[in-house]
Amino acid sequence: MIYKHDVLVVGAGLAGMRAAIEAHNQGVDVAIVSKVYPVRSHSNAAQGGINAALGEGDTWESHGYDTVKGSDYLGDQDAIEILAREAPAAVLELEHWGVNFSRDETGHLGTRNFGGASQARTFFVADITGQALLQVMFEQLVRVGVRMYNEWFVTSLIESEGVVRGIVGMDIRSGQLHAIQAKAVVLATGGMGRVFEPSTNALINTGDGMAIAYRAGARLMDMEMMQYHPTTLKGSGALLTEGARGEGAYLLNAEGDRFMKKYAPNKLELASRDVVSRAEQTEINEGRGVDNCVLLDCRHLGKDLIMRKLGQIHELALELAGVDIVEQPVPVRPGFHYPMGGIKTDVDGKTTLDGLYAAGECACVSIHGGNRLGANSLLDTVIFGRRAGAAASEHSRSLPSPSDSFPLGEAALEQETSRIRALLDRPYVGELAAKVRWDMGVNMVKHCGVFRDADGLSEMGDLLQSLQDRATRVHVGDKGRVFNTNLTSVLELQFMLDLAVAVQITALTRTESRGAHTRTDYPERDDEHWLKHIQLQYRPNEAPEIHFTPVTMTRWEPQVRSY
Amino acid sequence: MDVQLKVRRQNPEAEGTPYWKEYALEVPDHFTLLDALIQVREEVDETLSLRCSCRSHICGSCSMRVNGHANLACKTKLSDIHSDTVTVEPMGNMPVIKDLVVDLEPFWKKLYSIDPYLQPAGEVPEREYVVPADSMLHLDGVVNCIMCGACVSDCESLSVNPIFIGPTAFAKEYRFIMDPRDAADTQRLMQMNGPGGVWDCTHCFQCVEVCPKDVAPMDRIMAMRKMLVDDGLAEKHNGARRQKAFTDIVGRYGRLDETRYLMKSVTMVELAGYAKVGLRSMTHGKLPPLRPHRIPDAARIRRIFERTRSTQRRRFKLHQQAQEGSPV
Repeated sequence: MIYKHDVLVVGAGLAGMRAAIEAHNQGVDVAIVSKVYPVRSHSNAAQGGINAALGEGDTWESHGYDTVKGSDYLGDQDAIEILAREAPAAVLELEHWGVNFSRDETGHLGTRNFGGASQARTFFVADITGQALLQVMFEQLVRVGVRMYNEWFVTSLIESEGVVRGIVGMDIRSGQLHAIQAKAVVLATGGMGRVFEPSTNALINTGDGMAIAYRAGARLMDMEMMQYHPTTLKGSGALLTEGARGEGAYLLNAEGDRFMKKYAPNKLELASRDVVSRAEQTEINEGRGVDNCVLLDCRHLGKDLIMRKLGQIHELALELAGVDIVEQPVPVRPGFHYPMGGIKTDVDGKTTLDGLYAAGECACVSIHGGNRLGANSLLDTVIFGRRAGAAASEHSRSLPSPSDSFPLGEAALEQETSRIRALLDRPYVGELAAKVRWDMGVNMVKHCGVFRDADGLSEMGDLLQSLQDRATRVHVGDKGRVFNTNLTSVLELQFMLDLAVAVQITALTRTESRGAHTRTDYPERDDEHWLKHIQLQYRPNEAPEIHFTPVTMTRWEPQVRSY
Repeated sequence: MDVQLKVRRQNPEAEGTPYWKEYALEVPDHFTLLDALIQVREEVDETLSLRCSCRSHICGSCSMRVNGHANLACKTKLSDIHSDTVTVEPMGNMPVIKDLVVDLEPFWKKLYSIDPYLQPAGEVPEREYVVPADSMLHLDGVVNCIMCGACVSDCESLSVNPIFIGPTAFAKEYRFIMDPRDAADTQRLMQMNGPGGVWDCTHCFQCVEVCPKDVAPMDRIMAMRKMLVDDGLAEKHNGARRQKAFTDIVGRYGRLDETRYLMKSVTMVELAGYAKVGLRSMTHGKLPPLRPHRIPDAARIRRIFERTRSTQRRRFKLHQQAQEGSPV
């Protein structure tokens, strides 16, 4: 089948749904395609909250500055200004749509502290903020009546000569491939956590959107900037919110010391994430860890506060690690969490390809630069989701109907159909997708982790070549069409390998330490040479083309960064 | 740790009839059922299909029946299961697509049928709606719902009454009815009053038992029943009349008088339908006494009823406050 819409949004997390709602409001025919049901999207995993300078005495400039400083001056300041200026309206819109944000005793919105912020400007719903937002966004999507293609797996973009006009996707339930032609496509497919093992991310976070955009010729940017969250649970790697430290929890080493006083004497546990993760890893590496972890101590917060505001992490620690955080400190360590990098866009979500837009975690505007502040990601999704939806709608209005302007759906569909058939026909030679992914993941954490150096990164480069080679022999054991998750896992593996290569190459290229990118062989920040973005352009059968672009500065000059 | 999984499989592209397949695995002690199923899928049998994503009880993808009851596979620790074999089946009350994957479309359609979005009245304020902190906190309990479908899977009413709206959608409806900002509570309650509505719940507690997020859908259903009665919206409804008759009689006599209960809770026409049963009871000496016994300390029972009534809080609604002109 070939379907047609003006605007097609890929991904139904917060950014995608916000983009679709905006396109609907702009009066264009919009549809949304997602590989899971919308409420299953990974936005629901955001626990802590959403930032906005809404409180008395707070200013967008302060929020902007904190974000710039958090980004280690790699964030583009024009984009950060938009983020900080639009934040109050975005949070109020969510409140008006039904998010049951926590209130203070006067019935007004209440805030909590968060890392890297000079004010308490994080609005929250207990420790289920992402879930509460996702539910409400889905409610609004249902209210306006956007056409949904749920449980569709997008295999590629329909692209020709730098112009994107739709997608080819598989209806997972039937296994049938279809084309959806559109005048503009908005990618909002979220993160790529499964490139790393372990990670806080869901199994669906395989970077599909980034990878299909990259293969179609869109540029990726800041891919060396990968965030390791300071408090992920020992064992499972599950996320324990920064909100715990926001509410006052301590980080302790084996000696019972609040070691953050050494690394961030002013902000302590609430320094930005790269700083805290580096500190933890240093403590562990220097032998002051506990079983390769440090301890998150919530005991002094009291049972009442823990149950009221940190109920979910209480449940997770108990169920997954057998630790009751009311009674005991819980072992945590830095764990892969979030890519600051992604598909390069302008402030309206426009990528380097005509007709292709991106928003949310898969995009790089760049507002997060070298390090994202906690509670800025939910904000990113709603603000840049809306902007991308608006820009895509406007773009679609300037074009004739999809079939007339771009009759490429059938050719693309045929090409993907034979690609998938070839995958299913591959003989078994002992290579499994899960094994290749595992080898990629653990080595990415080892070589592209909190600390990196040229030797490790070069080794990773060689390893990725052999993994790419192994991936061409991976076999699909399930020959059926209906709900063939084996097939989708093989397609995802290819996506992830492309992105792993992008991370490795950019990390090797940036010979300085900035934000989440710490090179032990180049330990200092080097503004003279490296106050710039690294962009990658895909080339088939050879290394990607590397481009450098300046960081946009508006009002904040780089300073020494300390917390 | 050795585990034996017994998984109900079904492939619509092959014979189509369900069959059991067993997998013997050796897994680390901390493994959840989901970890084990992923191990099967990745290393033993790639044809096994299931939905899963977050691995931390938040996305709602991996609900299935474990030893007969719905739960999230990622919340089921294998070391907590004491049976020799762990039986794994797809959720109930939903058609199977393949293996552990069920058709959720009917589930979502029911959710959409209740208009699941905030319907405020009046002008949107410039800032936030100002509402009591505890009214928002109260919603957390229901916003916790991750739409996993476990309650619907094990709902006894749904298994015999396909039009029953079901516990997930009811919990969602309750979320809006209790939201001070939502002004459509009367319409919402009326919608719950009809066929397939709250009165069709059989009070079996299954949804409360299996909910992995402690949403307690049945408690929400009962709360909505009470609102229907309190708001005078349910007078013509048998379920409501039964509830009222029960509380009136027990509140007055301290015990249930079945004859009065029957007469008060059905219409005259329906009462005629009970004539035959009544006659047979009479001839067999089973008819309850026409003058009920009042238990010795009935006043104490009455006081319990009064006390529970006075502690029940009226729900706080912004649009009513606005009409009544009282300050928030």
